[in-house]
Amino acid sequence: MKIAVCAKYVPESTAARRIDPETKRLDRSGEGALNPFDVNAVEEALRLKEAGGDGEVVIVSLGPERALEAMRRALAMGADRIVLVADEAAAGSDLVATSRVLAAALERESPDLVLFGQQANDADGAVLWAAVAERLQRPLISQVAELSLEDAKVRGKRQTEYGYDVIDAPLPAVVAVSDAINEPRYPSLKGIMGAKKKPQETVSLADLGVGAEEAGEAGSRTTVEALNDPPPRGDTVKLEDDGSAAEKILEFLQERKAL
Amino acid sequence: MRFLVFLEHHEGRLQKDSLGLLSKAASLGGEVEAVLLGSEVNELAAEAGKYGATKVWVDDDVLLDKPLSQPRVDALETLLGDQEFDAVLFAASVLSADIAAALAARLDAGLNYDLTDLAVEDGKLVGKRPALGDSVYADVGWTSEPRLALIRSGTFEPKEAGGSAEVAPFESRFQDFSLAATMVEQAHEESQGPSIEDADVIVAAGRGLGGPDNFGLVEELAKALGGAVAATRAVVDAGWYPYSTQVGQTGKTVSPKLYVAVGISGAIQHKVGMQSSGLIVAINKDPNAPIFEYADLGVVGDLNEIVPKLTELVRARKAA
Amino acid sequence: MTPLRPSEFPPPFDPNEFIVAPGEPEIEVGVLIVGAGPAGLACAIRLGQLLEDAPELAERLGDVPVAVLEKGKQPGSHLLSGAVVNPVSLRSLFRGRLGTSDMPFAGRVEHESVYYLTPKRAMRIPTPPTMRNSGNYVTSLSQFGRWLAEQAEEAGATILPETTGHALLVDGRVQGVRTGDRGRGRAGEELGNFEPGSDIEARLTVLAEGTQGHLTGVALDHFGLQGDNPQIWALGVKEVWKVAKPLDRVIHTMGWPLRAGAKYREFGGSFVYPIGEDMVTVGMVVGLDYRDAELSVHDVLQELKTHPLLRKLLDGGERVAWGAKTIPEGGFVSLPRQLHAPGLLICGDGAGLVNVPALKGIHYAVESGRLAAEAAFAALQPGEAVGRRGALAGYDESLQQSFVWSDMKQVRNMRQAFGRGFWLGGAMAGAMTASRGHFPPGDAATEPDADQELIRTDRAKSYPATDGTLTFDKLSSVFLSGNATRDDAPNHIRVRDRVPPELAELWTRMCPAAVYEVGEEAGDGDVHVEITPSNCVQCGAITAKGGRLTPPEGGAGPDYKLT
Repeated sequence: MKIAVCAKYVPESTAARRIDPETKRLDRSGEGALNPFDVNAVEEALRLKEAGGDGEVVIVSLGPERALEAMRRALAMGADRIVLVADEAAAGSDLVATSRVLAAALERESPDLVLFGQQANDADGAVLWAAVAERLQRPLISQVAELSLEDAKVRGKRQTEYGYDVIDAPLPAVVAVSDAINEPRYPSLKGIMGAKKKPQETVSLADLGVGAEEAGEAGSRTTVEALNDPPPRGDTVKLEDDGSAAEKILEFLQERKAL
Repeated sequence: MRFLVFLEHHEGRLQKDSLGLLSKAASLGGEVEAVLLGSEVNELAAEAGKYGATKVWVDDDVLLDKPLSQPRVDALETLLGDQEFDAVLFAASVLSADIAAALAARLDAGLNYDLTDLAVEDGKLVGKRPALGDSVYADVGWTSEPRLALIRSGTFEPKEAGGSAEVAPFESRFQDFSLAATMVEQAHEESQGPSIEDADVIVAAGRGLGGPDNFGLVEELAKALGGAVAATRAVVDAGWYPYSTQVGQTGKTVSPKLYVAVGISGAIQHKVGMQSSGLIVAINKDPNAPIFEYADLGVVGDLNEIVPKLTELVRARKAA
Repeated sequence: MTPLRPSEFPPPFDPNEFIVAPGEPEIEVGVLIVGAGPAGLACAIRLGQLLEDAPELAERLGDVPVAVLEKGKQPGSHLLSGAVVNPVSLRSLFRGRLGTSDMPFAGRVEHESVYYLTPKRAMRIPTPPTMRNSGNYVTSLSQFGRWLAEQAEEAGATILPETTGHALLVDGRVQGVRTGDRGRGRAGEELGNFEPGSDIEARLTVLAEGTQGHLTGVALDHFGLQGDNPQIWALGVKEVWKVAKPLDRVIHTMGWPLRAGAKYREFGGSFVYPIGEDMVTVGMVVGLDYRDAELSVHDVLQELKTHPLLRKLLDGGERVAWGAKTIPEGGFVSLPRQLHAPGLLICGDGAGLVNVPALKGIHYAVESGRLAAEAAFAALQPGEAVGRRGALAGYDESLQQSFVWSDMKQVRNMRQAFGRGFWLGGAMAGAMTASRGHFPPGDAATEPDADQELIRTDRAKSYPATDGTLTFDKLSSVFLSGNATRDDAPNHIRVRDRVPPELAELWTRMCPAAVYEVGEEAGDGDVHVEITPSNCVQCGAITAKGGRLTPPEGGAGPDYKLT
C-alpha cells in the first residue's frame, strides 16, 4: 500500500515571522521546518503502514531546495522517500496553483491514500486538501480525529461543529487529519542516522508536465493588493472596582453589542 | 454585482453566519441570491428572503441529504455553469471550507479565505484579512471569476430586511467520485456547548482564580454568556482544568467575539493565543498585570466578587 | 535575615545515577562527541581531516567513525556567546583548506572602547591590555556553530540533533553514552510516544558539552578529576537588536549598574558588539558569586539599556533575539587536575577553558577540540589501546604545551582578585598584567558560588518597569528565545522543594527565564519552590547557586539563531 503525505515547509520561529513588503507575502527566506501539523499526518501514515505489514510512505512537498533538510525529519520517523517539487516558477502560488502542482506530483506517485495535516501553521494555507482531492478526482474525508483502514476503504471520524461524523471512502482517497488524531513518535537514533541515506528526489515543474504559467503568481487567481496596520484596538478602558464593576462591565458589553 | 451566498443549514435551521452573509452582501449593493442544497429543505428557502436574498436557487435531492462537500461542488458547478455570478460567498465551516476550496480547483477560480470583511472599492470587490497573528491586515483581490470568498465565522450579523425571495429549483449533475464517500453516522448537536475553537464567547481563567474549585464561577459566567470555558497554561499545568481548553502558545489559538479573562496576568505566551479576539475584558486584582495593556476593558478587582455578580446581571439581561 | 548560604540546601542529586553499566548497544560508533558546539565540532572536523588520510583506520571505526550528539533542536540552538573570536585556532583547524574570509564572521574589530559607567555618564577608560581585540572577529556563535556543523558533516561526521547525553556507560573505562528518554510525562510516566534512550557504544568519548556540562560534572566526580579549587561561574544575559545606525566598534563597560563594594561581590560588566551593519548585540555578565538575593541579571540588563549611552545605540531599533548562558570563571586555578580518563576526553567550556579577563573561550574550545582529535587519532592507532592507563595523557600534555595553558596561567588570579571589590581588584589586575602573572605569586583560593552568604538590599527597586519597546519582562524574553520545551515534560531541574524564603527569592531573581517562584508556605518558616521547567533555557545558573540542572529531553530548550 502506498501512502503519500503532503507536507509543508513553513518559516520557523513564530517570533521572527515577517511579511515581505515587496511581495506582500510571508517572508520565507529564513529558516524553516516541517509544519508541525503535518507531523501528525506522517505519524498516521506510518501507523497505517505498520498495521498493514508493508507499504511505502512518500513525503510530497512543494518548496525551496533547502526544504529537503526539514523534510528529513519525516524520514527519521520512518517515512521511506521524499519527493520535493523545487522550482522557482512555483514560488508565490496560491491555493489554485499549489493544488495544481501538488496534484501533478501525486498523480506521478499514484498513491492509494493521500494524507494532509490539519493546517499550515504559517496561516497561509487552509483546505488545500479539498482542492487537491478535487484535482485527483478522489473522495475526501477531512478533519479526521480517528482513522481506520478496512479492505479497500478508509473510515474516518470527522470532527465538525456539531460533534463527530463517521464517513467511509473507498480507496484511492484523500484524508486530512486533525492534530487530535495521534501523538507523533520521536525519531529513534537509528532513524535519525538512516534518514540521510533514504531517497530524496527533487523535481521541477517540467518533470511534472506543469507549465510555468500554471504555477506561481502566473498560475494563481488571487492577489494581495495592500498591507495595512491592523485596525487600532483603541485604548484600554481601565477601572477599579468600587462595588459597581459588574454593572460597568455589563454596560460596556451592551455598548459594544457583545451580548 | 451579482452575489451568490451559500446557505448552510443544520437540523432544519439556516446557519446564522449564512444569514449574516446575506445581510452583508445586501449592504454592498447589487443583486443578492442564495443557493440551498440538501434534502427536504424547501421550506428554508423562504427564510433567506427575509435577510436580503431576492432569489434562492434550490436543489432538493436525496443525494445531497448528508453534509458532504463533494456533491455540493458538483451542484455549485452546475449552477455556476448556467448562471453568471460575480462572487460566491461562503461563511467558513468545516463543510463550506472544503466546498469552497474544491470549487476553486474545479473552476480554476481564485479563493480568498479567512476574510474578516468585504468591501467594494472602485467598483471592485476587495477582501480584508488578518495575517501574522493579527499584526498586519491584507487587502486581497481576485484575478478570475467568479470570486470565491470564505468569510471567518461570526463576522457578519444577520439583519432582517423583510422581503421575499423567488425560489428557483435546479438539478445538479453529479460526478461519480463525488458520491464515493458515504456518511455512516451523522453528528448531532453537542450538548456541552461549543468547543473553544468555535465559540463566539470565551471565559478564560488563570492562576488568579486561586484553585480548581473556583472554576464553578467561570463555568456559570460562560453558560450565562453562551460561551465556552478556557484555561491558561499555568492552570492546566496545575491540573485544575483539561489541556483541551488551554489557550496560548502551547495550547489553542482562538479568536472569539468576546474573551473574558479572569485572573489572567496576560504574559505573551498567553496573548499570542487570543490577541485577535474581538473584544477583550480582563478582571485581575493586580493593576500591573500585562493584560491590561491590550484589553479593551480592564477591571482591577476581586474576581470572586465581580464574576458572580456579572453572571447574575447577564442572566437578567438575557431574560428581559 | 539570618545569614544563609545556598550550599546549605543541596539539591537531591547523586552523580552516580548517571554512571551506568553498558547494556545492549543500539549503535556503535568510533568516536562519540557530546555537544555540537565549537569544541565538539572542531574535534569532529579535525578527526575527519585525519581520517581522510587514514582510510584503514576509518574503516576499522565502522559505519559511523565520528558521531556528534546535540541536545538542542539543531547545532546552534543552544549556542550563545558575545562573541568576539580570536581566529588563531580556527586558522590552525582549517589550515590549507579555508581562511578566515570563508568563515561566517559578522565583521572585524576595527575600534574598541571601554567605559566606566555611572547612572548618567560614560567615562572612557583606556582599554585594559587583556581586553585588546584588534585582529579579532565578531560573530554570532549560534550562526557560527551552524556553519561549523556543516563543515563537520562534510568532513564525514554524523550529527544527531535532539539527542541528549544522559549517562556515561562505564565498565572500567568509558564505553560510550546512554541517551536520554523522550516522551515522559510530568510524573515521569511513559506517554503514548515514549521513546527510551539508547546506548551508543564508542571506542572513545569526547565531552564538549559547554558550560555546566552534565556528563562532564558526572565524570569529574566519578573519576576524581577535580582540581584544588572549585569552578565558579558568571551568568550572561544578552539581546540582539536590529538598529537604525550601524555601530563601528566593540564596546565594553564596567561599573553601573553593578555595585563596586566588596560586600556585594558584583563582578562583571557589559558588552555591545556590532553584528554586521544593521544589528547589535548587548549583554550583561555578572559573576554568580554575587550575594544580593534581589539581584537579577536579566533586570540589570534592562536597567543598563536605560543608560544614555545604550539608549542612543538602540534608539529606533527592535529587539530580535534574547538568550542567557553561564560562563565558567574560575580560570586556571579551577581547572580539573586532569582532562582525560580511561576512554574519555574533556574539552572547551565544560573543562573551564575560558580566559576571563579577555572574555574569550571560543578559541580555546576550538583548540582543545582540535588537540583532542589528534590525541584520539593517536590512541586509536593499531597497537594502541584507548582504555590503557595513560593512553590519553597525550591530550593533557599537548594542551599544557599550547597557548591555552600559557594564556590562562598568566591571568590566573585576576578574577579571584575581584572578590575584593572593583577598585582593589582592578589595581591587582593591573599588577598581574604588568608582571605577566608573576605577581602576586601563588594561586588564589576560590570559593564556590553557592557558599556566598545571602544579603538583601533594595536592589529590585531600581529595576525599570518594562515598556515592551526598550525594556522587557522575562516571559517575553523566554518567548523570543524560541523555547520549545514541552509543558508536560518531567522536571529536569533538581532543587530542594522546601527552602527558606530568601533562598527561593534568590533563585526567582537569579533565573533569567522565570523558572522559579516563591511558592506557598511549607511550615517552619520555609516555603515551597514553584517550578515551571518549560521556561528553562538551560543557562546553568541554578547549578552554581544551590541546585542542579540536568538535561531535559532532546530538542527542548531554546532555539537560538542569532545569539
